[in-house]
Amino acid sequence: MIAFGVIGMLIGVVLAFQLAFPKLNYILGEYGIFGRLRPVHTNGVIYGFTLGGIWASWYYFGQRVLKITYHDYPFLKAVGYLHFWIWILTLILGVVSLLGGITQSKEYAELAWPLDILVVVVWVLWGISMFGSMGVRRENTIYVSLWYYIATYVGIAVLYIFNNLSIPTYLVAHTGSLWHSISMYAGSNDALVQWWWGHNAVAFVFTSGVIGTIYYFLPKESGQPIFSYKLTLFSFWSLMFVYIWAGGHHLIYSTVPDWVQTLSSVFSVILIIPSWGTAINMLLTLRGQWHQLKESPLIKFLVLASTFYMLSTLEGSIQAIRSVNALAHFTDWIIGHVHDGVLGWVGFTLIAAVYHMVPRVFKREIYSGKLMDVQFWLMTLGIVLYFSSMWIAGITQGMMWRDVDQYGNLVYQFVDTVRVLIPYYVIRGFGGSLYLIGFFIFLYNVVMTIQKGRVLEKEPAYATPMGLR
Amino acid sequence: MDIDTLRGFAYAFFTVLFTLFLYFYIVSMYVKDKKGITDYERYSQLALQDELNDTPIEPRHLSHKKG
Repeated sequence: MIAFGVIGMLIGVVLAFQLAFPKLNYILGEYGIFGRLRPVHTNGVIYGFTLGGIWASWYYFGQRVLKITYHDYPFLKAVGYLHFWIWILTLILGVVSLLGGITQSKEYAELAWPLDILVVVVWVLWGISMFGSMGVRRENTIYVSLWYYIATYVGIAVLYIFNNLSIPTYLVAHTGSLWHSISMYAGSNDALVQWWWGHNAVAFVFTSGVIGTIYYFLPKESGQPIFSYKLTLFSFWSLMFVYIWAGGHHLIYSTVPDWVQTLSSVFSVILIIPSWGTAINMLLTLRGQWHQLKESPLIKFLVLASTFYMLSTLEGSIQAIRSVNALAHFTDWIIGHVHDGVLGWVGFTLIAAVYHMVPRVFKREIYSGKLMDVQFWLMTLGIVLYFSSMWIAGITQGMMWRDVDQYGNLVYQFVDTVRVLIPYYVIRGFGGSLYLIGFFIFLYNVVMTIQKGRVLEKEPAYATPMGLR
Repeated sequence: MDIDTLRGFAYAFFTVLFTLFLYFYIVSMYVKDKKGITDYERYSQLALQDELNDTPIEPRHLSHKKG
């Protein structure tokens, strides 16, 4: 998970600088161009880093909240190992094939059809692991984090299969490459299915999966029960009901039926209710305990993650309003929105999860609390530079694209907007670099924890112990 | 009645219906909590009391006895 975080984020920084300095596209021949690297960045971060973090969390706390141990269930343990290795194999094949230019050209679903089948195998194995563990659980109630994991499982299973239904041309027509396939959908239908998937990959991996993760690690690390368990259940069901319809907001002002655009716009705006229900619930979990924010860099990561979740979901709802979308769509504001979510909310939650798990798994204190602090501030500054530059760039772009003179002619050509945006692209690249440096510090701290952290005699119940180096 | 009117009524009907569902869910949770039928908040302890040797918050076999 950390390795794919490094790969995904490193490529992300390269991409950011390629947009600022286009000549960087040609440093590695065809293997270094934006079109090849971009899917490696998105797939690496979504399926490598994020899903890796969610699965690591599942195997860590799933047994704990169900009160079972895989030492008693060798079959489930074997399924877990198989799940891990096939996932690693799929990711490596994914990186190699995407760099080789093999793609089915669907955003966040670029992998070629044979790899799609491997993804399904990985998913089925996770299902066996999860539902098998629940089948033998000692605790009757399934903790809310696992509700969110079940939602991730079911949501992605349905969406992934439907979006990837395609005909392998070589097998059917004996022509073209073995890797090539043609989508079963065409035109507007293809766009609808693609964005039903595209946005819901965000919904069921970046949102429900990560909510499940933070709902365990925030209470556990702080020693405080969730502020309101009833609110978790309410926001869970309302999120499930609302989120699945929101993907159409990627197609506002396109050729899909008007009612679909309105429906997805309305549902995207309503989405603020469950999203903020969850975020407020997380923040209120620390009521009366705000001193922990000062004392623990790990709590800092978790609290700022919740705050970025609030920011990002508010922003998303605003962007889905038709009139705002007219300005925002296709601009860098959207990129800013995605990244304040993934860097702040997803990244910080999973980094905190790893910092919580590693000392308990390897029975060692975190090597350096001070390095964690340095990492936190570097990354936070990086995110702020990233999203603020993209907000300004996006709104500038949108305003320039719609600017007309007294006769109704467009004032600017596309290239005029590109020239204006270059300074913001440089700031974005710099912000991304700070985040990447923070991630390398994270990697160093984790490795040093495993190798040189002070040995823990007893597993800490709550706050993770850390060295003062 | 033309299709647009029908669609409008259907839209209004389902909006009200789903809103009622949501409110019913909230009310039912609070009523169950108040009457002592289900203490939802104790499930929060699942994250905190997660040692293998901890007593389960709600042991699984109880659900069979209830039936």
